[in-house]
Amino acid sequence: MTTTLPAYDEVVARYEPVIGLETHVELGTNTKMFCGCPTDFGGEPNTRVCPVCLGLPGSLPVANKAAIEATIRIGLALNCSIATWCRFARKNYFYPDMPKNFQISQYDEPLCVDGYLDVEVNGETVRIGIERVHLEEDTGKTLHVGGATGRIHGATESLVDYNRAGIPLVEIVTKPIPGTGALAPEVARAYVTELRDVLRSLGVSDVRMEEGSLRCDVNTSLNLPGQEWGTRTETKNVNSLRSVERAVRSEMLRQAAVLGAGGRITQETRHFHEDTGDTTPGRSKETATDYRYFPEPDLVPLAPDPAWVQELKAALPELPRLHRRRLQQAWGLSDADMQSVLNAGAVELIEATVAAGATPAAARKWWLGELSRRANETGVELADIGATPTQVAELQGLVDAGKLNDKLARTVLEGVVAGEGSPTEIMTNRKLEVVSDTGALTAAVDEAIAANPAIADKVRSGKVAAAGALVGAVMKTTQGQADAQTVRALILERLTP
Amino acid sequence: MTDVTAMTATQIAGLVATGAASAVEVTQAHLDRIAAVDGRINAFLHVDTEGALAAARDIDARRAAGEELGPLAGVPVAVKDVLTTKGVPTTVGSKILEGWHPPYDSTIVERLRAAGTVMLGKTNMDEFAMGSSTEYSAYGPSRNPWDTDRIPGGSGGGSAAALAAYEAPLAIGSDTGGSIRQPGAVTGTVGAKPTYGGTSRYGLVAFSSSLDTPGPCARTVLDAALLHAAIGGHDPRDSTSIPAPVPDVVAAAKLGATGDLSGVRLGIVTEFGGEGAEPGVTAAFNEAVATLTKLGAEIVEVSCPHFRYALPAYYLIAPSECSSNLARFDGVRFGLRVGDDGNRSLEEVMSLTREVGFGPEVKRRIMLGTYALSSGYYDAYYGQAQKVRTLITRDFTAAFERVDALISPTTPFVAFPLGARTSDPYQMYLADLFTIPTNLYGGPGISVPCGLSDGLPVGLQVMAPTLADDRMYRVAAALESAVGTFTPPAL
Repeated sequence: MTTTLPAYDEVVARYEPVIGLETHVELGTNTKMFCGCPTDFGGEPNTRVCPVCLGLPGSLPVANKAAIEATIRIGLALNCSIATWCRFARKNYFYPDMPKNFQISQYDEPLCVDGYLDVEVNGETVRIGIERVHLEEDTGKTLHVGGATGRIHGATESLVDYNRAGIPLVEIVTKPIPGTGALAPEVARAYVTELRDVLRSLGVSDVRMEEGSLRCDVNTSLNLPGQEWGTRTETKNVNSLRSVERAVRSEMLRQAAVLGAGGRITQETRHFHEDTGDTTPGRSKETATDYRYFPEPDLVPLAPDPAWVQELKAALPELPRLHRRRLQQAWGLSDADMQSVLNAGAVELIEATVAAGATPAAARKWWLGELSRRANETGVELADIGATPTQVAELQGLVDAGKLNDKLARTVLEGVVAGEGSPTEIMTNRKLEVVSDTGALTAAVDEAIAANPAIADKVRSGKVAAAGALVGAVMKTTQGQADAQTVRALILERLTP
Repeated sequence: MTDVTAMTATQIAGLVATGAASAVEVTQAHLDRIAAVDGRINAFLHVDTEGALAAARDIDARRAAGEELGPLAGVPVAVKDVLTTKGVPTTVGSKILEGWHPPYDSTIVERLRAAGTVMLGKTNMDEFAMGSSTEYSAYGPSRNPWDTDRIPGGSGGGSAAALAAYEAPLAIGSDTGGSIRQPGAVTGTVGAKPTYGGTSRYGLVAFSSSLDTPGPCARTVLDAALLHAAIGGHDPRDSTSIPAPVPDVVAAAKLGATGDLSGVRLGIVTEFGGEGAEPGVTAAFNEAVATLTKLGAEIVEVSCPHFRYALPAYYLIAPSECSSNLARFDGVRFGLRVGDDGNRSLEEVMSLTREVGFGPEVKRRIMLGTYALSSGYYDAYYGQAQKVRTLITRDFTAAFERVDALISPTTPFVAFPLGARTSDPYQMYLADLFTIPTNLYGGPGISVPCGLSDGLPVGLQVMAPTLADDRMYRVAAALESAVGTFTPPAL
């Protein structure tokens, strides 16, 4: 399409967006939802399978208690009511990556309903309503071989890997979110971020969007003020937090262009493209299949014991928002400083570094400074930079002990990131330790004074600032391994009364 | 040695236990019988000669080693082709699974092996257990040993015919609407549908998950009870399996065999009277009722007003579940694949496979069920049928407050000639008129021979409360002790 998109400011001045998010989370249980197959990522195709997850004739599902427990904990963390009785349902449709040609899911009787999650956007708290949290099984993966697009049309062969089939999947659906105006894209991102942090704090999933263990569909519609909500589109293939924000924004712009030209929005699924930031139409929902949901007769109803649910509730970890507030106080940070820690994704890293012995200030300095810079340059997540909180704390310990100065510490950190070993090992192997032997230093200082008589005279005449040049000379002869403060003190000791 | 194929399972087990006959001899005798008569009966879809003899040798070796063996050790058994058998073909009577060798054993088959029985092979059935005559088998109908121009019932006609033709002393069936009991009735054999959840469905190729119940078939009530005890009980691989011990059906059968039913109150369902059964069946049933009275039972009439809705409710629930259960047969992962010539799309290959692979009755039910579950029709059909199911359950509960068990003819008519009902599905469906309510309720039911009508067997059904399977065995064994067993003319 070559339609010129309107300016974002104009769009939000004219229309009110309503967004909604459906998030799928692969649970980190040891075994699959309805059989005993392992769930580990990355096995050879079709090696994590059995008659049940292959849907072989005669096989039957048995629900995984750990997955039910994890779902209830998610529901509780999202302030939901937990059903005292509910059922699984079959969602019927034909697709080769679904072994039984139906998916065991939940329909009108989800495990958790009616909750909320508070998120912060620009210092304001926005309460996102949670419609439901339910449990289902994941499908396999189809790979289309041959053909130009990698999609089914034009492919010469289609291969299916069922390793993922039957991995427990939790679907978290928000209520429609109106009233966010121009902030809609940021609210969407903040929600998914907060949700991810909640899930991580619960320890129920590794929540890696790039590996697909956290997947997000974004619903967007626009309406004129005072009018009914518009027709919504559902955007899929949104695989990063940044994409969540971009997808909402892109869809708002596209819909405004269509509406502005007198067109109408088609209710459809659209695909987000990371490279262009655009969405393109997928399957049209107006011709969508009738899923013929009905209660799964192979499974008995779920009736979680209220006492058990209470136990799970009591044992919930401190949720990220409260946890962050506590950390902010403990670390003595302003809102703005805390925000920059959050933006860098460094909360847990700093926390762990502090736990390993560093001061909050030092931990923050390393993670937000040198390491964030490198993460940005190389385009990796801060957590994946290659340095661990323990290593950073050890590095700071060497600085505090006077064994490394700031410059040497940066060099050691480079070695850590490059995987050369622990800070102490790198310091020793590369002979980077600060020269603290005053005998050796005194000789270097005397040498520098002798070699630069004019500068030495200046210092003697009271121009103390000129000592810097002598310090530089000493640092040069010691290859940076001297402690600059000590060198300076030694020089002044000799040249000033 | 007398012909072991004429013996009961109990007698055969005795021979093997005492060493009077080896399991191999017993097995070979049955394999020989199958070779001699099955060309006329077509009870078996697959005879596992090698597997059977190997299992028999194993039993003999274990006995020789002094191992304690179970009460059915060395007894041959025929298994309905609806249960998966590792490495042994399992077709469910359908072309769509032709050539499929399951990689796993069903729980029932595992337990049969654990009990030391010897599996002879897999028996014929209506495709996917949908039918009452085996005429819907993709591999040709089985024939009734009483009259080979007549049907042996269905869907488990192969198992029943194998018993009546003395090809096996024991068989396994599965009962969704009467598929164990009705074939038992029309072949003069015993067939029991256990309480739903009392026998594991793991490895039972599903037709209707909430109704399917595997169970025992035999020529005597005691044999059926022994088989029931061997295969029953909780299975953690089937969520709907009941975590409770199997009622002591063997003791109940032995108690019943004493011929004393004093203190037992039996109910006759008013709504099953009228024009339900053909005259010969009604006459044989009434005679059996008189016999039961003589044995000391008290007979009362009870009303189950919602039973009249059982057949329509069943024909919504079972097809609905089947439409979903049978979706997996698409040619992608196993079984038949049609039209995969490199030019056709995935959808075309799936459609063609199902078009060619499924027979007319299966397609009819898939369409019925797909319709009944459709958006906008669900409440009126599937939803309404579930309500009827609840009402039928209440009828049973109320009846069992007044009586210990209910009795009825098993099926309205004796074995009918081949082809007599295939052109009118409803006439075929009527065969299960008296058996379906029990499936909707989930309780146990047994068919035991009670007499003949024009030289053809008539069965009496005993229905008991859920988890009271022992009660029906007692009543059935008592009747058997009075009327004896029924032997078809020599083949």
